[in-house]
Parts: sequence; C-alpha cells; structure tokens
Amino acid sequence: MEKIKTEQLKPTLTKEDFISDQMVKWCPGCGDHAILSAFQKVLPQVGVKKEDVVVVSGIGCSSRFPYYVKSYGFHGIHGRAAALASGIKISNPELMVWMITGDGDSLAIGGNHFIHLLRRNLDINVMLFNNKIYGLTKGQFSPTTPTGHRTKSSPQGTIEHPFNVGELAIGAQGTFFARAVDTNPKMMAEIMLEASRHSGTSLIEIMQNCVIFNDKIHAEFTSRETRDDSQIYLEHGKPMLFGKENDKGIVLRGTRLEVVKLGQDGITIDDILVHDKYQWESGIHVLLATMEPPEYPIAVGVIRSISDFTFDGKMEAIIKEEKEKGKIKCVDDLLNSGKTWEI
Amino acid sequence: MTSKAQKVVELEHVVVRFAGDSGDGMQLTGSLFSDAAAIAGNDFATFPDYPAEIRAPQGTVAGVSGFQIHFGHKEIHTSGDMADVLVAMNPAPLKKNLMWVKPGGTIIVDNDTFIDKQLEKAGYSNNPLEDESLRDYNVIQAPVSTLTKTSVEDLGLDNKMVLKSRNMFALGIMFFIFNRKLSSADEFFEQKFRANPLVVESNKRILRAGYNYAESIEALSSITYKVEPAKLQKGIYRNITGNIATAWGFLAAAEKSGRQLFLGSYPITPASEILQELSKHKSLGVKVLQAEDEIAGIVSTIGASFAGSFAITTTSGPGLSLKSEAIGLAVMTELPIVIVDVQRAGPSTGMPTKSEQSDLMQALYGRNGEAPCIVIAASSSANCFYYAFEASKLAMEHMTPVILLTDGYLANGSEVFKIPKMSDLVEIKPPLAEANDPEYFPYKRDPERLNRKWAVPGTEGLRHRIGGLEKEDIYGHVSHDPENHQIMSEYRYEKVQRVAKYVEPQKVYGPEEGELLVVSWGGTYGVMMEAVQELHKQGKSVSLAHFHYINPLPRNTEEIFSKFKRIIVPELNMGQFVLHLRMHFQKFNFEQYNKVQGLPFMVKELVDKFNQMLEGK
Repeated sequence: MEKIKTEQLKPTLTKEDFISDQMVKWCPGCGDHAILSAFQKVLPQVGVKKEDVVVVSGIGCSSRFPYYVKSYGFHGIHGRAAALASGIKISNPELMVWMITGDGDSLAIGGNHFIHLLRRNLDINVMLFNNKIYGLTKGQFSPTTPTGHRTKSSPQGTIEHPFNVGELAIGAQGTFFARAVDTNPKMMAEIMLEASRHSGTSLIEIMQNCVIFNDKIHAEFTSRETRDDSQIYLEHGKPMLFGKENDKGIVLRGTRLEVVKLGQDGITIDDILVHDKYQWESGIHVLLATMEPPEYPIAVGVIRSISDFTFDGKMEAIIKEEKEKGKIKCVDDLLNSGKTWEI
Repeated sequence: MTSKAQKVVELEHVVVRFAGDSGDGMQLTGSLFSDAAAIAGNDFATFPDYPAEIRAPQGTVAGVSGFQIHFGHKEIHTSGDMADVLVAMNPAPLKKNLMWVKPGGTIIVDNDTFIDKQLEKAGYSNNPLEDESLRDYNVIQAPVSTLTKTSVEDLGLDNKMVLKSRNMFALGIMFFIFNRKLSSADEFFEQKFRANPLVVESNKRILRAGYNYAESIEALSSITYKVEPAKLQKGIYRNITGNIATAWGFLAAAEKSGRQLFLGSYPITPASEILQELSKHKSLGVKVLQAEDEIAGIVSTIGASFAGSFAITTTSGPGLSLKSEAIGLAVMTELPIVIVDVQRAGPSTGMPTKSEQSDLMQALYGRNGEAPCIVIAASSSANCFYYAFEASKLAMEHMTPVILLTDGYLANGSEVFKIPKMSDLVEIKPPLAEANDPEYFPYKRDPERLNRKWAVPGTEGLRHRIGGLEKEDIYGHVSHDPENHQIMSEYRYEKVQRVAKYVEPQKVYGPEEGELLVVSWGGTYGVMMEAVQELHKQGKSVSLAHFHYINPLPRNTEEIFSKFKRIIVPELNMGQFVLHLRMHFQKFNFEQYNKVQGLPFMVKELVDKFNQMLEGK
C-alpha cells in the first residue's frame, strides 16, 4: 500500500519542492548542511502530500532547520519541540511530523518531553543532531559531552556522566532507534525513509560535527582513515561484521558483547551475531547502542524497530468508539444530561 | 407527616453547614440536601470544604470535611458567611466549625460520638456538650449512631456498614426542619444502590428515622422553617460547579466555532476537575493530553492550535508560572489559545485548597518582553461557562492567547445554572485562511482587528513557518530589524487593546453617580453584590462596578470612575487590580481593602467597611 502511494507521488515532487526561499545560515562546513540536503531529497519519497509535512524544532543550531524546509514549520522554544510536535500530531494525525532537535535541546532542557514522547510512542519522526556541545551559545558542554572534555564551561574537564542517546531512548520505551553519521548522506537518507515508515516515534541520532566548537568530536568513527575499523553498519538479518577487510565481528560472550576476528581462535561466520532490529526484548539493542570506540565500533543503522500501538492511533480509535456509542452527541445533550429541573 | 401543632417560620435565606470526618459522607449529604432545595424551587449556592490531606487521621480536626449550602427565596450570590445551622457528626467537626456558626444558631450533634476517646482526638479537654461553651447556641443532642443502628437492626446488616449511613439520619433531621420532601433522596438511593435492594431499604429507613426523630422531639418539632421558592426565570436548571461550567463553556465554544477541542494539561489543585471533565467527553471529539508537566501542557496546546484545533490549557498559580515562557510563544506566533488559571492561595505551593485573587499581576505581566495577553475573569460558578466561552471567542477571533482567571471558590463551589440553548449563544468565527489564497502571508493583518489569519497545516498552498523569533511584518520571515520590532510590538499591543471595541461595556449596579463606588473583579462578585444590596436595604447610596474584562479594560471605565466621590477596591490579595487601575487612571484616588487569609470576604465585614467610608472615615 505504502509503496504504491510512494511511486505515484514520486514523479510529481522533487527536492526543489522542499527548499525554502530562506538563506541557510549555518557555518560553512557544519554537518547540518548535509542533513538538510538528505532530508529534502527524502521528502518527495515519503508518500504524503507536501502540505501534510510539518517540521518542528526547539532551540539550538539544529532547530533553525524548519526555516530552510519549504513545508509547514514551527520553530519553538528551547527544549519543547517534543511537546509542540505532540500537540500537532494529536490534533491532526494525518500530518507527517518531523521534529528536529539537538543534544542540548532534547537531553538537557527538554529531557522530560523527550522521554515522554518516546514513552507515548506518538507517530513522530525525530532527528536528534548530536554534536556533544552547545553550539548556538558558543561552546559549553552538553549532556552528551564525554567526561573530562574541556569546554568553555568545563575548563578543567567535565565532571558529569554523559547520556548515551540510544540507551536513554530504549529505556524510555522507544520503539525505533537508529544512528547515522553526517558524513554519509546516502545512509542518512535510507534511515530517514525507514523512520518515516515506522509507526510510532522514530528516533534518529545523527552524529553531527560542529566545525567551530567541537570539531572532529566524531572523527574517530567518521574519518576516512579510521572509520572502517570503528564503525559498524547494522543491517537486519545480516551478521554484524565490520573492518577494512570486513573480517571483524560482534559476538555475545556471557552477558556482554565482544569484538572478534574471523579465523582467529576458531571464530567462524556462524559465531557472529545476526542483527534483529525487530526483536522485542531490548537487551542486545541497548548493548549495541552503547558500544563505543576504542573497545568497540560505534553502531550505525537501524538498531531497534519494534511494532507497538501509538498514542495518536489509540486516541483516534477511542474517539471514534465514543462518538458511536456515547449518548452525548452535542453540547445541548451535555447541558441537559444528569439531574435537571424545570421552573 | 406532621401531627402536632407547629409553628412554621418563613425565612428569606438560610445557611446550613454539614461537617464530619472525611469518611462521613458530608459531600453526599450536602448534595442531597441541595437537590431537595432545587426541587423546592430555591436559589442556592454551595461550597465544599475538604481537608488538604486525602485521608487525614480520622477524628482529628485536620480530617474534617464540610459542605455549606446557602439557599433562599431571594437571589443567592454566595455560599453564605456564617451558618444558621451546623450539623456536626463528631467532636472534631464541631471544634473546627463552631467559629462559623451565627450566635444563636442551631447546632445538631451526634452525642453518641462525644466520648472520651473522640473528644481527646479532637483536642477537647472537656466535653463541650457538658460545659458552658455552647450556651449561646441552640444545641440539639441527638443519639444519631444509636438510632441509626436501631432503625435497621432487623435487616441483618453489619454494624460498621450501617454506621456509614449515619449521615442519612442527619439528613432526615434536616429534611424535617426545612419541610423537605424525601422523594429526591429516595430516588438517589434507588439509582445508586440498584444492585443491592437491601442497602436501598436501609438508607430509606435511616433517612425516615431521622425525619421522625426530629418530629418527635420538642426542641425540633415546635418550629420548622419554610423557604419559599425563589423568583427564578422560567427554564430548565441544573446545579453546576465552576470547574464543570468552565469545561462545558469550552465544549460549547468548540462546537460553535466548528473546531476540534484540544486540552493539554497537567493535574493541579484546584484545576484538575476541568481536565477530568473534558476527558469524559470524547464523544464530542475532544482530545485530551495529560501532559508530563505544565510546560508540555501549554506547548502541546500551542502545537494543537497551530494544527487547527481550538486548544486550551488549564492550571493554577504555580503552573501559570511554569507556562510563562510558552505564553510568550503564543503571543509571538499569534495563535489562539486559552490558559485557565484557577487561582489558589500562594506564593509557591502556598495553600492549594484555599482561594485567593493573587495571580492577577502574573497574568497581566508575568512574561519576558512586551507580551500582552487578553485577561478576563469569571465571577460566579455558573458564569464560568460564559466566560470560558467568551475567552474562546476572543482567542479565536482575535488570534491571541487569552488568560481566563477563576479561583478555588468558583471552581469547587456550585450554584443554580439556567441551562442555555446552544442556538442562543453567539457565533464564533475564526479567521481561517483559504487554500491557495495568493494573498495569504503569515503576518498580514486584518485592518480592523489587527489579527493574522489562521493557516492550518494540511491546507494546500499555505505552507509557511512561524516561531518564537521576531517576525517580519506581513511576510513572517525571521527579522532582527529594529524598526520592524517596534512595529510588531505595537501591533501586538494594539491588537489586544482593540478587543475593548468588541466586548460589553462595564456595568454599574446601583446609582450611576454618588458617594461610593465599590470596584471589584473575579470571584468576589457574589459577596460584593450581597454587601451592596444590604446597604441599599439600609437606604445607603453605594454602587458596584464588578469587572470581568481586566485587559483591556472596558472603554467606559474612566467615565464610570469620574462620577463617584470615593472609590474602594476590595481584593483577596495585597492590592493588584488597584495597582492596574492606578496605572491606567492616575487622576483617581483608589482606596483599597485587602484580605489574604485564603478565605473569602464576609458580607458583614464589607458592609461594615463601606458603612465606615460612607460615614466619612
């Protein structure tokens, strides 16, 4: 059904239909440019009318995004994108809502709304740009900044434990978690398209580089020289292999993951974990989401995608049912319901 | 049922207070007594007095639950100052409520409960029924517990359960004293306990036992009271609390405007009933999000408004503080939302179950930047319906946030409400943008109202972007241009000011000029009205201007003020409306009278104050 719809709409819409007349004001070299471009390429393929796309954001560099997309857009206030998006989606579930946010916007000031959006599983697509720094306020540490990292507000290094976005999201009952890197537009586009088709809150963490205040924070797994050995692209149904020679893999030993080499210590392809993004139990997904260099490669791709009811879907169903069976059909009925008397 | 010769005294109005432990069913007793008043054609107003704790220790003063009803042949505006009759089910309720009984008033107690253990829990060192402390009252000591048990002993019910119906014995006594029919209570039992005929029977018997007891004892049977029906307009009536009336006003506005109603709200005392009530009415298409916090409550509301719903959020004082930033967003994006603040006593957590008028400044000015809002206030439990409707109409037709102020007294109190017909309510016409309108720009304004158009996502040809950053006039692009900011600030201010052209002019009750004008606003209407009417009875010249429109103020406000020698502004705060008036009308000398006790004004204290002023003090 979805496919047919997509193909029918494909010829009529192009990337240009989603480019606004506003000048893009991100810093040259910022990862946001690539994300915007990938997004504008994906929108013609998502299978909805251009009037039905709504892009919502909070505050931060990432949150300027709606101004650059020709759609209905709402640039909100700091941390509140999830609440804005929720109101829009509940109000009109026909709309396809995209929420653009960052590590400061959604994990610090907006942490509460973020976890509750995931818990409610509203059918909203979230792109969280994680640059592990506050860019718009010029360089203070964020909730994802690695411990000990020196920033303007942590001259001796941070003394906080960072959040792992995937772990937090899955812990908050998130039904869809994917990770992408801003240096791979093709992968970003694929993941965005898959997120758009997931029923429920789809969260994409995009590892995005802030060229000014935290340059190369993701370099270990994004630079051409090191990425093959420090990044693993997870594909459903395929063994978890990575490395320049594609000869490294992930296995489960006891209760933890381990990196192994094919052919070493008798390891064969059959020992390697096969990715199952649809698995209901979240244990392996959390382990995968929390892998970090140097011990592990960082996992990219769709890590978790499970099917569960959505808040908006249930809300519509309840209203439909109540409208059918409820005795109060209009406000006159309500006003005259219960105990009344005549004078 | 009366056999003996008895004196029937006619009363204009009566205040009755029922008080017991949290578990004694005082709210139910009060509500059944109200039903009987309704059937008798009286006008009435009620107020529940719950303990702040959900299950405070039984038998203690902290756990006392009360219900007051003021009913009459005359028009009733408040739930009454002091009680003519107090029903106290135990020692603690007597201790707590004695100060609210008129000297010479009647106190009915269950003397079976005035035993050492109970007296001690209530904090009495002596039994008040045995010392002289109640000598100024007409005390009726009824063995309520014993007679309740005796009346149903052959039904084989367990004692504990039977004693739970003690309140029905007390109700029976009250029904006799005020010549009420038993039928409405009977109907309630039959409906409520239809699955259990034995319980129906037991309640009916206990009610009659109380009624017959009252008839049989000299102290009660010699005099009964009659309160003639009030002169109410013809129509269908119901009893309604302020919170329910508020919820229904929004449902009415949604229906009239053809917009889906959305509520984003976080539970908070005393506003939660609005959330609960609207959650019930999904058959009317209302969508409710019980949000994760106050901020999400309002921000989801703004989102829903952007998406084309008529969207509201409900809260009380501390919640309004949390919503401040988002109200600014609604001002900036010029979207219609209504924020209901059911005021309670503050600051901070304050006294959540007590009422006050102390959020006015917050409603008017509690935001960063120049962020004007329409502020209106309801003045009675029943007219919460109309002011919720009015707030909705103003929000949608003027495309701006509206703050509707009610308070704990209006919210929990109830009164007689004449049921309107939807066809009699005015139309609400939001300025929706039409699909593919080539003239549409996000911040292009109507030349009269200065509102922008409501362009709803999903509509073809109107894609646009809005947000909290300052917007360029007409086109709505982000703008940091200095002159543009000046223009837009003035538009937002002027848009709200122009609302005064579209609302009712301020009314004056009493002479249009004279010695003394009482200026009040919001939930104090009833008590101001009763005080002014009392003074009129005394032949004094005093007038009342009770405000519902706070920002903007009605256009004839200055003209009204100019016709009085003295102006007094009584408020349940330290003087907030008076500050607002002083700012706007500097040539008048506004005197103030303030009370911040979490308690309402008493008619008597106002009458005394106004009389003093009339005497030149």
